Amino acid sequence: MTDARPFPAAARESLADSQLRHNLAVATTTIRARRAAVVGEVADWEGLRRRGAAVKAYSLEHLDELLEQLEASVTATGGVVHWAADAAAARRIVTGLVAATGAEEVLKVKSLTTDEIDLNAGLAAAGVAALETDLAELVVQLAGDRPSHIVVPAIHKNRAEIRDLFARTIGPADLTDSPAELAAAARAFLRRRFLAGGVTISGANFAAAESGAICVVESEGNGRMCLTLASTLITVMGIEKVVPRLTDLAALLALLPRSATGERLNPYTSLWTGVHPGDGPQSFHLVLLDNGRSRVLADRVGRDALRCIRCAACLNVCPVYERAGGGAYGTTYPGPIGAILEPQRDSLERRGSLPFASSLCGACAEVCPVGIDIPRLLVHLRGAEVDRKRGRPLEGRTERTAMAILARAFSGRRRYEAAQRLGRGGDRLARARGAALRDALMGPWTRSRELPVAPDQTFREWWRERAGEDDRGRS
Amino acid sequence: MAVALFVTCLVDTLFPACGQATVRLLERLGVEVDFPAKQTCCGQMHLNSGYAPEAAGLAARLAAAFADAEAVVTPSASCAAMVRESYPRLAERIPDRGAAAAMAALPARTYELTEFLVDVLGVEDVGAYYPHRVTYHPSCHGLRGLRVGDRPLRLLRRVRGLELVELGDAEQCCGFGGTFAVKNADTSAAMLTDKATAVLATGAQVCTALDSSCLMHIGGGLRRARSGVDVVHLAEILAATDAHPVPSR
Ligand code: SF4
Repeated sequence: MTDARPFPAAARESLADSQLRHNLAVATTTIRARRAAVVGEVADWEGLRRRGAAVKAYSLEHLDELLEQLEASVTATGGVVHWAADAAAARRIVTGLVAATGAEEVLKVKSLTTDEIDLNAGLAAAGVAALETDLAELVVQLAGDRPSHIVVPAIHKNRAEIRDLFARTIGPADLTDSPAELAAAARAFLRRRFLAGGVTISGANFAAAESGAICVVESEGNGRMCLTLASTLITVMGIEKVVPRLTDLAALLALLPRSATGERLNPYTSLWTGVHPGDGPQSFHLVLLDNGRSRVLADRVGRDALRCIRCAACLNVCPVYERAGGGAYGTTYPGPIGAILEPQRDSLERRGSLPFASSLCGACAEVCPVGIDIPRLLVHLRGAEVDRKRGRPLEGRTERTAMAILARAFSGRRRYEAAQRLGRGGDRLARARGAALRDALMGPWTRSRELPVAPDQTFREWWRERAGEDDRGRS
Repeated sequence: MAVALFVTCLVDTLFPACGQATVRLLERLGVEVDFPAKQTCCGQMHLNSGYAPEAAGLAARLAAAFADAEAVVTPSASCAAMVRESYPRLAERIPDRGAAAAMAALPARTYELTEFLVDVLGVEDVGAYYPHRVTYHPSCHGLRGLRVGDRPLRLLRRVRGLELVELGDAEQCCGFGGTFAVKNADTSAAMLTDKATAVLATGAQVCTALDSSCLMHIGGGLRRARSGVDVVHLAEILAATDAHPVPSR
């Protein structure tokens, strides 16, 4: 969230880290295969995708009504709803709520939304320590790192690196890198904190407007512990997470685990509705976060990004993500979803390089469980970024000039054929100017690739010669 | 049967052998080929680089050049995908109703070469002879854009003398992506390295595909690595016979 370097510069650095590239390639290849296997089992996966997409599309169309309905349902069942326009407002609300309980430590359930608003830093500034309880989030927190993946935040680290980290921080020092031992070390560290039953802060995967039910899915059960043992529960949720009814979750809860981790069911699906005397948290707060989402919603094409259910399937198949890593995006949401969401939710000024961080290979759209046409959105946002710079003579001028020259060269047969001749080296002067432009544009190409050799004859010259007629000039 | 050849600006300018092979192949199969000389570029590069207004203008031009064609055949999966996926949408940007209608009508008549051979002509054995070990890279626009499926492989399997070897991680992008290769050159090069490694692992002498653009990229990497592996467009392989091996080879 803090890194606003353009993608190419950040990627250049991470690409040089061969351990990172190796870790990512191994991890994404494994998840890809797992996903493909369990998706293949579903008789009508495409039908399921269409249902999931329809639920989310409907919810976005009716977001205002659904949010009001959700507020009413949550209030009626004993919860308190807060509205946060931006990250600062959300931090203020949450810190205020924590301060009112007097707690000095809070437990966190894995949540991207709280990363997005930099909540841990906000809490720390207020003297409250936030402890991540998701194993991978804990790894990232102990390492002073940032999550690099939506579902697997520590995907960039291998077991040996995690072993060293745990041995250094939460002990014991003679830890091996067996997954069971690593999990046991984390459990020993976390368990007594769960049992203390203080304040828990979570995100939400879904919320049902009709009943006010909130849903969190996870794999470890640590979230379930926090959600049930807490006395106060504060949930920070992006406004796009609401759907009309609990039954709408059927398709989404079938799509999400298969897409995310290659599991048929989420090991833990927690659902709760308001406050129940003597059972679970006795105080429940729901913070509804906008933070740029209504701006995304206003764009008829771009709004599809809000359908996202954060499964990360698009990250796992993305060749750019796999090589550059999540850190290169500099955002809470990396990969293809980050590249279409963050330039809108945050701003093109800060995130304008992200829509270009794709070869438009289309692998993401093929797996997205809610049918987001990610390449189309990428192209749409590229257009928005180019248009933004059109008004600024000094930004992106070389490219704009090249594109204008090409558009003009393609705009008529005579001009096109003249440009072809020129490219082969007819007119000296024009060639010299062309060469300077070409070097500016093609230098990055020739660092690792040869340029093709221009042929002696274009196709159309051959065609004319073959037809035995020279109709050059007719147009 | 008569078709109009949409050769693409890239093939026209840099890879004429691919266009020539397409003509020879179609004529050998009894198809009458026309080349409307007004055609230039389909606008893909402009659209994908964020220059939609410019792309719409070029698209309108291309649609006009092919307005009279019964069927349009192109040896490029990505340009065919551009026409099919984006022309109806780009047409909304064109105020001239007739021009917009021509753009919207083009996709239904446009075929990528292997689609035309297998679906329209109904041939798989095109009578080609090509005695080389070949691997096929299913370019992204053929695989996920047009969903050409195994049509290219079915055609390749019927080429006499050709030994087809399977490419590992074939569905992975080669890293070209138009201006992506320049704007994000380091990431693109990392993708290319993996693709080139997969090609070399097959032991093939030739890597083929449906797009000269991807082949330009893969070939650029293979040549830089002095690998000795050639890149050859599928049309050139299908056009090759005993009597007329492809001139460039
Ligand atoms: S965009 Fe689609 S594939 Fe990517 S994380 Fe969101 S739901 Fe999953």
